[in-house]
Amino acid sequence: MKRMIAGAALALMSLTGAAVAEEYPERPLMMMVSYGAGGATDFQARIVTMTAGNEDALGMPIAIINKPGAGGRVGWNWFATQADPDGYTLAAYNVPHFIAQSIKGGVEYSTDSFEPIANWGADPAVFVVGADSEFNSMEDVVAFAKENPGKLTVSGAGLFVGHHIAALQIDKAAGTKMAYIPTKGGGAAAMKAVIAGEVMGGINNLSDAFRAQEAGNVKILGVADLERNAFLPDVPTMMEQGLDVDNSSVNFRGVMVPKGTPPEVIEKLAATVPEMFANSRVAKKMEAGGSPMHIMIRDEVIEMWAQRQQTLNELLAGL
Amino acid sequence: MEFIYYFGEVFTPLSFMLLLGGTIGGLILGATPGLSPTMAVALLIPFTFQLEAAQGLILLGAAYTSTVAGGAVSAILLKIPGAPANIATTLDGHTMAKQGQGARALQLSFLASAVGGIFGVLLLIFLTPVLAKWALAFGPSHLFWLAILGVTVIGTLDSASVVKGLLSGCIGLWLATIGFDDIMGAQRFIFHPALGGGINIIAALIGLFAIPQVLTMFAKGRQTDGAEVIEVQRHSILAAFRELFSRTRALSIGTLTGSIIGLIPGVGGQIAGLVAYDQTKKFSSEKEKFGTGHSEGVIAAESANNAMVGPSLVPLLTLSIPGSPTAAVLLGGLLIHGIFPGSDLFDNHPDVAWTFINSMLIGQVLMCIFGLYVAGLAARVAQVPQSVMAAIVLALSVFGAYSVQGSMGDVYVMACLGIGMFFLERFGFSAAPLVLGLILGPIAEANFIQGGMIADATVGKASYFMTGGLNLFLIAVVLASIAYSVWMELRHRRYTTKEEAQA
Repeated sequence: MKRMIAGAALALMSLTGAAVAEEYPERPLMMMVSYGAGGATDFQARIVTMTAGNEDALGMPIAIINKPGAGGRVGWNWFATQADPDGYTLAAYNVPHFIAQSIKGGVEYSTDSFEPIANWGADPAVFVVGADSEFNSMEDVVAFAKENPGKLTVSGAGLFVGHHIAALQIDKAAGTKMAYIPTKGGGAAAMKAVIAGEVMGGINNLSDAFRAQEAGNVKILGVADLERNAFLPDVPTMMEQGLDVDNSSVNFRGVMVPKGTPPEVIEKLAATVPEMFANSRVAKKMEAGGSPMHIMIRDEVIEMWAQRQQTLNELLAGL
Repeated sequence: MEFIYYFGEVFTPLSFMLLLGGTIGGLILGATPGLSPTMAVALLIPFTFQLEAAQGLILLGAAYTSTVAGGAVSAILLKIPGAPANIATTLDGHTMAKQGQGARALQLSFLASAVGGIFGVLLLIFLTPVLAKWALAFGPSHLFWLAILGVTVIGTLDSASVVKGLLSGCIGLWLATIGFDDIMGAQRFIFHPALGGGINIIAALIGLFAIPQVLTMFAKGRQTDGAEVIEVQRHSILAAFRELFSRTRALSIGTLTGSIIGLIPGVGGQIAGLVAYDQTKKFSSEKEKFGTGHSEGVIAAESANNAMVGPSLVPLLTLSIPGSPTAAVLLGGLLIHGIFPGSDLFDNHPDVAWTFINSMLIGQVLMCIFGLYVAGLAARVAQVPQSVMAAIVLALSVFGAYSVQGSMGDVYVMACLGIGMFFLERFGFSAAPLVLGLILGPIAEANFIQGGMIADATVGKASYFMTGGLNLFLIAVVLASIAYSVWMELRHRRYTTKEEAQA
């Protein structure tokens, strides 16, 4: 009897190594979202993972758990230091947020702590003003900012998030100095400040701004991206309006695992997850919610992270 | 009157089943410590993927209204407030339960909830356009003064003396600074990674209210069985009705305060109950009875926190801005069906909008009926022997703190705060002002910093914070509130010295 158990144990041990990739995943997975339930990241994460249980995807469901706090730092700190690198613990990333935070310090992660799997969405930052504002283009905004240095109040979701990066880039490109007002409570609070007229303008997510414009509350003056967005074909990019602002502030959302996850597991995930995102049911729900999709495979994401790291290092060096 | 046209939708078989299920499920979830209304709604979102938009929202709306009311059950029977909204309910509600009047407290709380809730939803139906303007009127400077107004309440709230109340309020304000500061990203008082996100308010609530009580029960040790068992009085629903409507002052102050405060984005739900409790106490002719199991306290707190439900959705439904975490989750529930709140919702999907609002109205009534039904049964909890009770409350506390975000860190925070509070209570400090400090600290701070930054770029701090009608009005109320507290304290002192002199 003893020998049989020992034999079985041995057999199991030898199995675990080779068979990881084939058997994986054999139980449900967990995905950590470092923002609260109801936020844009949480909402999208739930949609893009809803087909994980299908046979042609992972064959196992993905459960979302939220670890919100401190602009995402709490969740990512936890993920870098305490999550098991066994392939069953995934997390959602937000670029440029976590990269900018790691450059500013005080956190226990950097791009080296994580292995990207795939990207699902890209939400560019846009410049919004109240519906009755006198500004009708970025030119008006820049002209005002030049005449009144430090007087143009612009709200955004916090320091060192995409919105702030976009504000810094606009300042750099136009040679202006706007008063960036970070709000507590994310993009919704920043948008409220614009609609209520507490600030003169704001930088916000394209998806939220699109909704607010549909409701007749704001005007969108420019998109901080390389090309116009399908949701807003009439709104020109910053580049078109003569401001040298690239896509560094675009909020990329995707899936990652901790460093140290077995390579065969990463390979399997990197092959399956983009397919899962491409599912037509997912695309329909994302479109309905006004969330722009942008699927990128692992190699593209690795490159994108490296690029961001470099741009942000330069941009944030002087702050 | 458009809403009446859509009432039929609520009573189709599937919709009504969902409404019923959402209400009963919501009551159970709400009564479970640690499951706040926001989490209960978030848990239900995946179920709405398969439903029609209107039906999905019925489920979410019903769950929202009944979890807020359900929180009163654990607040009254176990002294564990399920959410910040229920803090004020524990003050008198739990004392009533300990006196064997749990059934009466629960009946009153559900009836008051229904009255407040229906009033709130009616406001949402008839006054939405007006209210939307109101919600936007509160900028950073006004929210700052509003938070300061809350701080002035601290001294008089459920404490042996004003000084001790203020001291425990200060402890709360300090605890609120722990963690990464949300605006600047600075780290403050983080000794352990579990504190990085600051003190979780739900975990803190459970720790501060439930744990000292558990320790007290254990400290009493094993007493001769039977001596401690409380006789639970039966209480007829009709009598509860009569009592509720004889306490019109508490009911109307609670309902109005809850509706007004619930409207303000980002502040409302958490402090509506406490502010209403305090106001009712100030206007009451039986001030000294508050905190000793006085029914006015329960009525004010519960009518306020349900009255807030309707108005709290105004910014979301009209302006597409979620004013509270729960509203943010509901926004997700709308977006997943491709419906954008705002004019799109009322113009192009009136069936969804009005069915949702109507179902909250019917939901309030159903919640009240089921609540009254279980009140009599649930009140028998008080008969459980203390030693068993302590173990149950402890287990529920650990479960509740852990389930907030699946983290042991929150359990440690709960335990530490609870043990600390046990000793503070020995010295006459009380948990309610401490929690109020913990809630108001971040609101005051964030709005001061944000307002300060806007002011520096525009008109300067002094004129930004000190001018304008609404600012001046709020400052006046703050001053009046302080003056009232000082006056009461002085009068109280004169009386005590007289009595001492006589004795």
